[in-house]
Amino acid sequence: MSKTFDRLVSGIDSDGHGAYVEEHDEESNSMVINMGPVHPSTHGVLRLLLELDGETVLRCEPIIGYLHTGMEKECEDQNWRGAVTIVTRMDYLAQFANEQVYSMAVEELLGIDLPPRAVAIRCMIAELNRLSSHLVWFGTTGLDMGAMSAMFYGFREREMILDFFEMVTGLRMNNGYIIPGGVWVDLPDGWDAALEAILDVMPKRLDEYEALLNENPIFLERTSGVGVLSRDDALALGATGPIARASGVDWDLRRDMPYEGYEGVTFAVPTATSGDVYGRYRVRMAEMRETLELIRHFADNMPEGDFKNMDPKLTPPPRSELNRSMEAVIHHFKLVTQGFTVPEGETYARVESPRGELGCYIVSDGGTSPYRCHVRDPSFVNLQALGPMAQGQLIADLIATIASTDPIMGGVDR
Amino acid sequence: MGGLEGSLGQNFITARLDKLVDWSRRSSLWPATFGLACCAIEMMATTMPRHDLSRFGMEAFRASPRQADVLIVAGRLSQKMAPVFRHIYDQMMEPKWVISMGACASTGGVFNNYALVQGVDQIVPVDIYVPGCPPRPEMLIDGIMLLHERIKNGEYRVRRTPEGVG
Repeated sequence: MSKTFDRLVSGIDSDGHGAYVEEHDEESNSMVINMGPVHPSTHGVLRLLLELDGETVLRCEPIIGYLHTGMEKECEDQNWRGAVTIVTRMDYLAQFANEQVYSMAVEELLGIDLPPRAVAIRCMIAELNRLSSHLVWFGTTGLDMGAMSAMFYGFREREMILDFFEMVTGLRMNNGYIIPGGVWVDLPDGWDAALEAILDVMPKRLDEYEALLNENPIFLERTSGVGVLSRDDALALGATGPIARASGVDWDLRRDMPYEGYEGVTFAVPTATSGDVYGRYRVRMAEMRETLELIRHFADNMPEGDFKNMDPKLTPPPRSELNRSMEAVIHHFKLVTQGFTVPEGETYARVESPRGELGCYIVSDGGTSPYRCHVRDPSFVNLQALGPMAQGQLIADLIATIASTDPIMGGVDR
Repeated sequence: MGGLEGSLGQNFITARLDKLVDWSRRSSLWPATFGLACCAIEMMATTMPRHDLSRFGMEAFRASPRQADVLIVAGRLSQKMAPVFRHIYDQMMEPKWVISMGACASTGGVFNNYALVQGVDQIVPVDIYVPGCPPRPEMLIDGIMLLHERIKNGEYRVRRTPEGVG
């Protein structure tokens, strides 16, 4: 094994120039090369240090931190409501999942209940988010395998979903829509028709995608048997989400530890046993269809009523109240100038994000801002499975393997 | 019609060379891929069917900075990434332009802390700032059209100093 590799892994970037290394190791006759942090197929700023024997990968070490933004620390400077704007920017393709898990943790410390409409809106929008996130994965995976049209198709449908997000929240990305206590604003008029248009068109489009890639000989050649992760490895490395499910781990938090609106909802959890890139592709494609069913379920059973907890200690009073009630003015003033307080304590909440178990660990010292806010991001944990997956395969197959793990570096580095 | 066109007929158009160079530079910009964070997704959406950046002759993103002449910095630039970023910029051939896409790239955005470079203009000279978090594809296209306009008007004919600041 190459000493250069070990030196680089242990003393990375101490001189700031480690990023451009390319070295041949005389002793072991292996080549150490560097992939990323600027590389078209690494999905952001992932850097991989590779030790190669010819074209075979002997070792693969992901090196992260190129997008470290200090977000967890930044949350401590915000009040409880404001930290939503920070967490939503972590895993930027699953923004609603981030907001949801953070809000769930805060609500648990507050000990409040949500109105049923808030729960249904949250789950519906989080499922739509799963769809839009998987569409980006579909597009980039196709692109990495040379199927440029997959990218066009995936982003075409994603725009429809983003239009819906924009209609509901006012933004396309980084929405800050789900807040502790419910959601920020009610669904607008005509939301059901807009949603129906998406639900109508998506199954046909999914058929198109599958016709494009499922039996495509080039795609099969590049994906089946590539980047295999065994069931034991997946469990040992703590992989979750579609990666674990494709390796035969039948685990989905929505079904196995139901939260919010998923209690009592029956849906299938697609799994595969092959553990390769193609297995992960099939699992995600099947997941998209299940997600459509879930969206329909939440939309059809949308309750009437409040869309957030109307406790005046938590939610500012309606504008009309401010002219009439002194109480309302005081509540409004307190919420605007310092925000609400959360009782002392700590808690952990988790949701099934498009990439796996997304957790949020929150500590409160009884003040108006988080004392600590840690996010367990699925991309971060899943990324360490890249080493075992890549070992022993060709470097060209590494591209397919990275695409199938679907890492979002914003979530990994935070 | 007088002048040269008068004697050569309608098969020729005469122009000043620098105008012609500006026009051709404007019409075929080659962006380098430098997607960092959320803005990169919107940058990708800009090249996709709905917004279709190929209308501006810019849909071919080059992975190699040596083949590109406009660097769209899409996302937040961390301190760890800063030397890599400057390296990429130095590898690009003159003439080159930089578009700073989004609040984080332009000013650090909401993240005023130890980890982020507070604006990429501390590292490289920036020509166009596109505000937003993230900017909509329309915003990016607006920034690109502004850059086109400036190139066409010959605002970038002077070579930059080696330090690249200014």
